[in-house]
Amino acid sequence: MRNLLDLRITDSSLRDGSHAKRHQFTVDEVTAIVAALDAAGVPVIEVTHGDGLGGSSFTYGLSRTPEQDLISAAVRTATRARIAFLMLPGVGVFDDIRVAAGNGATVCRIATHCTEADISVQHFGIARELGLETVGFLMMAHSIPPERLAAQARIMADAGCECVYVVDSAGALVLDQVSDRVAALVTELGGDAQVGFHGHENLGLGVANSVLAYRAGAKQIDGSTRRFGAGAGNTPVEAFVGVCDKLGIRTGVDFFKIVDAAEDVVRPAMADECKLDRMALIMGYAGVYSSFLMHAYALASRYGVSGAEILVKAGERRLVGGQEDQLITIARELSGSRPGIAPSLP
Amino acid sequence: MTLRAAIVGSGNIGTDLMYKLLRSPRIEPRWMAGADPDSPGLRRAADAGLAVSSDGADWLLRQDPLPDLVFEATSAAVHRANAPRYADAGIRAIDLTPAAVGPAVVPEVNLGEHRDAPNLNLITCGGQATIPMVHAVSRVTPVAYAEIVATVASRSAGPGTRANIDEFTRTTSRGLETIGGAAHGKAIIVLNPAEPPLIMRDTIFCAVAPDADRAVVTKSVEDRVAEIASYVPGYRLLDEPQFDQVGDQLRVGIFVEIEGAGDYLPGYAGNLDIMTAAATRVGEELAGPEDH
Repeated sequence: MRNLLDLRITDSSLRDGSHAKRHQFTVDEVTAIVAALDAAGVPVIEVTHGDGLGGSSFTYGLSRTPEQDLISAAVRTATRARIAFLMLPGVGVFDDIRVAAGNGATVCRIATHCTEADISVQHFGIARELGLETVGFLMMAHSIPPERLAAQARIMADAGCECVYVVDSAGALVLDQVSDRVAALVTELGGDAQVGFHGHENLGLGVANSVLAYRAGAKQIDGSTRRFGAGAGNTPVEAFVGVCDKLGIRTGVDFFKIVDAAEDVVRPAMADECKLDRMALIMGYAGVYSSFLMHAYALASRYGVSGAEILVKAGERRLVGGQEDQLITIARELSGSRPGIAPSLP
Repeated sequence: MTLRAAIVGSGNIGTDLMYKLLRSPRIEPRWMAGADPDSPGLRRAADAGLAVSSDGADWLLRQDPLPDLVFEATSAAVHRANAPRYADAGIRAIDLTPAAVGPAVVPEVNLGEHRDAPNLNLITCGGQATIPMVHAVSRVTPVAYAEIVATVASRSAGPGTRANIDEFTRTTSRGLETIGGAAHGKAIIVLNPAEPPLIMRDTIFCAVAPDADRAVVTKSVEDRVAEIASYVPGYRLLDEPQFDQVGDQLRVGIFVEIEGAGDYLPGYAGNLDIMTAAATRVGEELAGPEDH
């Protein structure tokens, strides 16, 4: 069946959506969402803490439910869909991959900042040994030109990665910038690995960028039903499926069923819609890692500073994914403390 | 007394370490052994008056007299092979690789317990930077959980670190528990490629009881920073400790920056500087008090 499709969709609402949910998913919510997406024909569903395996932490947010319990629930529920998980070398460890594989997940997605692919080599080796399908994530792909991105994709492919994604973590890529990057990876990888695209909505371009990625040769596309993800959310799967239907691109996902799933099952699990508001727009415009959003809100409230200013500073300092701890320092500086000078207790 | 010392490994770490040892009143670096005859480190060592060779430990162990102390700045695999030979020759080893042949030490925290060990391991750069802070909290109030984030400039993360990032996180996590005194530890490492390269930063979170005395914790942390800064001058607190209620725990947040001394490695590479500074400190402790 997979061979009859023009591209393969991976739904990330139960991983990227974990950011918007502040990592508070319950087993019941995961079970309901997996059942609905599976019934709609979504072929791959990603389930993990937003920052990948082992992400439950003070730095990124503590999970309400252990992620391996959520993965197990997803595996038990899915009848056709494969269950994927994300892992960031430096955050999770090998044993996390082994446990997820033991719990029945079959797609291992390894993410690094787009210039640091070589830290994933061991992890791809382990994933392949475990018989997992492998996907590589080059995050913040807007921050380097296509040729450099393609060279990093080569490192992942040589390490055993079967599909390398151009990951627009900041929702900062605009149209041709997506096509150019995907095309550069397709040229570099040839038949050695597929190319994928993971989009965010921070400039409102998730669906359009994903169509251009497909036209440039991408075979795997990420989205989140109801945009449930970090920042302004991810490419909405239901809209992308509808657009693909109109363009004659076969996704294998039933448009009406995924629309119902979005409205009736996913939306009730969300605290709020993922909105294209000031904070999200700043992230797309300034190239800021989307999962900083909720942290910026919390720190703005804790220290009485502007969340938008925190994000702008994060962009200026070129923080990468994983540096959520530095947002605290930025918020403190904005509140009047200066680095190296200890002010009185608030 | 003054110890005669050898450096094995002529890369960035070995070379930076040499400049620190040359300044030490208690350690006399006499030999540098490498593997590559064209290595800039060996040339610099020869210029500084050290005996040098590209024949590694084989050459070193033929010297007469032998060194009292060897600093290993090669790789875990090389140190695992060399360690028994140093021990047989009666040479004490300070290991800057992740080999973990001997006990893990952090100066100012647990060196006293292992002063007589023939082989001492320095854990990781993230461990040297953060374990003393966890210990600073745990010595005044129980720490149920410690978590650290080490952010280093991409340029300062060599191929060894990159190929073994899982080992880095696991080894550092263990050190947070066994030396830092946390019941449970978690380490995270992030590489940032920004240009110009950013200075190493570390964030340390400790979970303590909600009624822990904040002033006592803050004082303990500030005292410890001063102790570390005595051997790593670029080690500084970015802010006073931050206290946040998270669930039923009090989270202590400690934010530090480590600027390297710029002996050989650039100032941003505080992660490498803290390793060579810690190695020097451990060597000096083994040498005992300065002669007068």
